[in-house]
Amino acid sequence: MSQLTIHYDNRIVRDFAIATLVWGVVGMLVGVLIAFQLVDPALNLGNQYTTFGRLRPLHTNAVIFAFVGNAIFMGVYYSLQRLTKARMWSDKLSKINFWGWQLIIVSAALTLPFGITTSKEYAELEWPIDIAIALIWVVFGLNMIMTIVKRREKHMYVAIWFYLATFVTVAVLHIVNSFELPIGFLKSYSMYAGVQDALVQWWYGHNAVAFFLTTPFLGLMYYFLPKAANRPVYSYRLSIIHFWSLIFIYIWAGPHHLLYSSLPDWAQSLGVVFSIMLIAPSWGGMINGLLTLRGAWDKVREDPILKFMVVAVTAYGMATFEGPMHSLKSVNALSHFTDWIPAHVHVGTLGWNGFFTFAIMYWMVPRMFNTKLYSQKLANWHFWLGTLGMLFWVIAMYWSGIAQGLMWKQFTPEGYLQYPNFLETVTQIIPMYAIRGVGGLMYLTGFCIMIYNIVMTMKSGKLVANEAAVVNEMEKSHSTAGESWHRKLEGRPLTFTIWVTVAILIGGIVEFVPTFLIKSNVPTIAAVLPYTPLELHGRDIYIKEGCVGCHSQMIRPFRSETERYGEYSKAGEFVYDHPFLWGSKRTGPDLHRIGAKYPDAWHYNHMVAPTSMSPGSIMPAYPWLAEQNIDLRLTPKMINAMRSLGVPYAAGYQDQANADLKKQADKIVASLKKDGIKAVPESEMVALIAYLQRMGTDIKKSK
Amino acid sequence: MIRQTLESITGVSIYPIFSFILFFSFFTLMLIWVFSKKKSEIDILRNLPLDDNQTKA
Repeated sequence: MSQLTIHYDNRIVRDFAIATLVWGVVGMLVGVLIAFQLVDPALNLGNQYTTFGRLRPLHTNAVIFAFVGNAIFMGVYYSLQRLTKARMWSDKLSKINFWGWQLIIVSAALTLPFGITTSKEYAELEWPIDIAIALIWVVFGLNMIMTIVKRREKHMYVAIWFYLATFVTVAVLHIVNSFELPIGFLKSYSMYAGVQDALVQWWYGHNAVAFFLTTPFLGLMYYFLPKAANRPVYSYRLSIIHFWSLIFIYIWAGPHHLLYSSLPDWAQSLGVVFSIMLIAPSWGGMINGLLTLRGAWDKVREDPILKFMVVAVTAYGMATFEGPMHSLKSVNALSHFTDWIPAHVHVGTLGWNGFFTFAIMYWMVPRMFNTKLYSQKLANWHFWLGTLGMLFWVIAMYWSGIAQGLMWKQFTPEGYLQYPNFLETVTQIIPMYAIRGVGGLMYLTGFCIMIYNIVMTMKSGKLVANEAAVVNEMEKSHSTAGESWHRKLEGRPLTFTIWVTVAILIGGIVEFVPTFLIKSNVPTIAAVLPYTPLELHGRDIYIKEGCVGCHSQMIRPFRSETERYGEYSKAGEFVYDHPFLWGSKRTGPDLHRIGAKYPDAWHYNHMVAPTSMSPGSIMPAYPWLAEQNIDLRLTPKMINAMRSLGVPYAAGYQDQANADLKKQADKIVASLKKDGIKAVPESEMVALIAYLQRMGTDIKKSK
Repeated sequence: MIRQTLESITGVSIYPIFSFILFFSFFTLMLIWVFSKKKSEIDILRNLPLDDNQTKA
């Protein structure tokens, strides 16, 4: 076997590392800002581009796709080259991957604050950006698969399996969830409606967590943890079981985000069962990670890298235990829509993703720059600030989540709601919001210390842009006869990829096919009619302002909810909702039965100055809604788009839609005038009021 | 209502049987295969990350 010298590409890894640091600061800074906006609404800064509703998706997209995304590329590009003993297949594709991804992030930052959003969680970006994401993702996948094909190492280490599964599944999820009908350059409607849209969205949302925040990091764990501890993984057999059972089971669990909603019961039960099953592979992985350190725990005391890793893996274990617990219907009844959910999520993101990213960087950067870490002491400071910050964050939110959930459900001995005014349950937990903000600030401070430390490390050394390695030339054929079928499978990354695809598709198909089959059987309610043109515009304003970030439209069948909000929500009420707007968090009250509850003037005053109607409210003010107008030229396009998605508007209705719109707007203007308010009929405010007043009222007509 | 909805799908009764067979065989085959792997091969695999052959440039 002859030997040859090859060169690993470290420059691309360094570039992704820098991007991770830069976007990390942006994402976390926005996070801290929106955390404090819930303490003091004045921090919405009085303009429409920085309200909570518009910045919240910016925060989630920035930390998930920009911070964690770049960290994934960084870790994969480093470890893949070394595990395959090959340079990345194409330097050009690596560069396209890097710059393309940064461009996508910039376009997200330039659209979300302007209210350009699809409103689907973690998939808010509009269709042109969706297409760009798909293309760049394929570039990444192609580069990775070709590197594996051209590898000089016969075996495919388990980390690579996780990378491949990540690539395949994220591609499938992204494409299926992004089916939308464009009506303009930056506006589209989801192809799916109501219950189906919800099912697809949470199949996506849940598995985005699984295959963007979990599987790539598990791959990284299986590479970097043994590296940092300088010992092989505890059980390789367990890692194989971990891999196949995780990817096979994860994909089914999405419906646990929709418990007690209008989703068919069988789909909810399916979600619960698979969520419980998920504990097994998740904890298998965690235990495998922690046991890799057996006999090396003395090192954990001194080495900040191992400290970060231990906390990260433990946080993974905590989050993956908590998730299945939340999927139990009885727990979910209390936890859903409360701050308990963001607490759960942040154990995963701050602990697992954040801390593991930090560990990788502290380990990798000195090696790539042929130097030592600038300061161990600062790394330790970072560790403790990060850990404490995380604890402040999540404990405050566990507290507020459980407290608020209990307050929502509390009845007096006479049988009335103890806290009939929703706002009362909010003002009680504002101190917790403040503590959460401080926790986030501590975490961010630790991160800034790390940036200083990493920059100084980079300065003290010199980037080894092309790192030389001596490797064995591989024999021509690496699937000789007599090998087991899985060895052959591993030998052929393409075949392997196909099997991974099959494993992840089964769950999705079993969930979707019946749901789409019963399309005709979703009990339609004769009284539920399509939205009027003005209400459609109002709905778009609702989407644009990100109202869905704080208000649900899903009254669950509990007495505590029907007492507070009214009749529980039925599947048939959402058949014209492209996209669905059920929401996942109640920072404010549910709005599904808000229609006809208050006079138009109440809504007007409430939007202009929320505290005038609800003293102590933490909702931002929306005065610009009264000043900005809707675009009437869009109306026919909207009607046409909705019709082609199956909403039964009569043929030719698009031409008279604006006339109907004006009639309805004039009515609202007249009603506002009676209360002494002068409103512009074409204003966004009037459209939004029309939508709010319509919401959830159709079924009342049938009675 | 759910029962009626489900019953209206033709051939829905194969779902439970199908899923049992699917999951039982998936996990059984996987476990059999994993534990039939040779120790020597496992050792090569688990040491892959540590075997760098790297020389400093």
